[in-house]
Amino acid sequence: MTERFVKIYPRFERFWHWTQMALIFVLMFTGLAVTGLNGLMPFGPAVMLHIVAALALIVLWVFAIFWHITTGTWVHYVPTTKGLFKVARFYAWGIFKGEKHPYRKAYWRKHNPLQALTYLALKLVLFPAIWVTGVIYLTYNFWDSSVPNATLWLTIVANLHLLAGFAIAAFVLAHVYLLTVGGSFRAHVRPMVTGFDKVDLTPEEESYLEQDEPVRIR
Amino acid sequence: MPTRVLTAVAVSLLLGASGALSQEGSAPVISGEGSTADHSKFKILQKEFTSGPEVTEACVSCHTEADDQVMHSIHFTWEFEHPGTGQLLGKRNVINAFCGNVAGNEPRCTSCHAGYGWDDMSQTPQQEAVTPDCLVCHDRSGEYTKTATGAGMPPLDPVKPGTKTITGAEAWPVDLSKAAQSVGMPGRENCGQCHFYGGGGDNVKHGDLSSVLFNPSRDVDVHMSPEGANMVCSDCHVSDQHSWAGSRYDVMAADTKGPGMPHERRDVATCQSCHGTAPHPATLKGVKLNDHTDKLACQTCHIPEFARGGVATKMEWDWSTAGKMGEDGKPLSVEDYTQGDGKHRHTYLATKGDFVWEENVAPIYEWFNGQVEYTLGDETIDPSKVVEVNRITGDPGDGGSRIWPFKRLDGRQAYDAGLNRLAYSHVWGPTTDSAFWTNFDWSKAIEAGMKAAGAEYSGEYGFVDTHMSWPITHMVAPAEEALDCAECHAADGRMAGIDGVYMPGRAPFSMAGVLGLALVAATALALGIHALGRIFTGKNGDAS
Repeated sequence: MTERFVKIYPRFERFWHWTQMALIFVLMFTGLAVTGLNGLMPFGPAVMLHIVAALALIVLWVFAIFWHITTGTWVHYVPTTKGLFKVARFYAWGIFKGEKHPYRKAYWRKHNPLQALTYLALKLVLFPAIWVTGVIYLTYNFWDSSVPNATLWLTIVANLHLLAGFAIAAFVLAHVYLLTVGGSFRAHVRPMVTGFDKVDLTPEEESYLEQDEPVRIR
Repeated sequence: MPTRVLTAVAVSLLLGASGALSQEGSAPVISGEGSTADHSKFKILQKEFTSGPEVTEACVSCHTEADDQVMHSIHFTWEFEHPGTGQLLGKRNVINAFCGNVAGNEPRCTSCHAGYGWDDMSQTPQQEAVTPDCLVCHDRSGEYTKTATGAGMPPLDPVKPGTKTITGAEAWPVDLSKAAQSVGMPGRENCGQCHFYGGGGDNVKHGDLSSVLFNPSRDVDVHMSPEGANMVCSDCHVSDQHSWAGSRYDVMAADTKGPGMPHERRDVATCQSCHGTAPHPATLKGVKLNDHTDKLACQTCHIPEFARGGVATKMEWDWSTAGKMGEDGKPLSVEDYTQGDGKHRHTYLATKGDFVWEENVAPIYEWFNGQVEYTLGDETIDPSKVVEVNRITGDPGDGGSRIWPFKRLDGRQAYDAGLNRLAYSHVWGPTTDSAFWTNFDWSKAIEAGMKAAGAEYSGEYGFVDTHMSWPITHMVAPAEEALDCAECHAADGRMAGIDGVYMPGRAPFSMAGVLGLALVAATALALGIHALGRIFTGKNGDAS
């Protein structure tokens, strides 16, 4: 086994990640203004920007879903219990004893089991929850006349949207915090900028990459 | 004669464009812009008229059906049977929180009647053979007016010194011939001389109808301003056979039909009948604003404040304090309010009690289905509560209601304390020994008022707190001055008391808001403890 820098985040994935990050920040900032918890932006412009950013994010997601399916990248998010407990134990306990992180990145499996499970939950639960409630909320005037108690339903949908937004904010907090765990913040962010991360390779993988995909390995 | 000058200015502004401005002392060359008939050329009008009804007689010799049409309109009958509630309304029947009631005070109140000589409310104007007044609406010379206390008659030569017109100006002898030769379609000064002075003075009653509208700046009224659309009242209040659209008793609170075919709609004065049902531009913001039309009346955003432009409106009127005499033994009068145009307004009058004036007033908001129910003279009231003189009805769930802006007068007025009913009072009557404004004796004034109205009276009276609500629909501001989103979408915003809607921004700390904040706070706390653990142990796992 050797540790090499391998390109595991292709250009589209990095574009997706950072565009999504920017849009989520815009959405949180404007969303808090719309809710009345952020006085830094007036209500009207906040609503407009929130809608534009949300529509942009939905378009981005459509492309990202397409990309995950066509490139097969979705397999990175298939949940596994193998090593899950070890990683959880590390963050809860081992880290304070100076233990080494139990997971070694492979170039075909770039997330640790806990990370993969978290991202999967984010993509299958929270993101759909926020955009489904958001779209229902946004299109209120198309369905209010055909749904009984439309105002009550709108209230429920809007509150679920709000809760999903706060849950995503909680994820962002944890996500950013974990960048400070084990190694420097910069070292953790760099792979998502350059695309290259330190990965354990078997001799076969290493020679395959060097011969067939030389641009992916440094 | 400031009002007369003002009227002349308004007329000249209106007619100036067509060059039809009349010279002092001569009838206008062309009566009415673009009219096919120059009434000054009509032989029948080229004579000395000695009374108003004589002019009407000349009018109907050509306009054979006009008098019949007018006599069926609310301008003449002062009566309105509400199709929804069945209540018999109209000035002839209702009691309001301002000047109270017409019955018993006829020649003063009927000075603004569209007829000549109606002086008994117990009789219909037809029963009294009252002749319709054509000139009050159709005089375009600015020459015509009505005497303040003359049951609709104009001041004619010789005018008794001290006589006032219906706008409160010093009366002048009206040249009926000149007025008759000038006739045309009604201008704002025709409608305004009565409707801008409701409740006994400029803008007293409505709040959104004042003398400012004779010549408003664009920011006061984008439709009526010469810098704006320069429209007149009847451009919106369209008519059909002398019957006008735009009832305050039976309001079309939600118009989902829009303009219809060109010139189709002669029955409504709604914003939508010109602007359509999706009036905002096809931008993201415009679409979002159009989304509001299922809940809000246009007026709610587009009339951010009423009583704009320098003329105040009465917001409180307490009749119970009336009757105080000054140190000189004469009826007390206090002018303690100076409005935007510099004019002083009475804050106390021995004849009327205490008033509170306000300008640039933010309306109150209510769900409104267009129906107004009056507390009529035969209805039992609960004097321990504030009596709604006219109840605004509406429900968020009925589909036909919208959130409307209102002026609400806080009143205190006489009631029959034995029968618990609103009281009629006889206030005007310089020669009677019972009129309040002459004798300052409520027991006599109420007894006489009840008698005039044909109402039973227990003999005991008191004063009760009342509310009276007026839908706000005039003084539409330019689009750029419409209410900002945050005026309502905020905690304690303008819609704070409105139920039946979900409004983002109104309740930052709703259950979901608090739960969400708690979730974020708990996460931050957990991460903080984790970080402290790392700092305390000095260890940092190699999480590569």
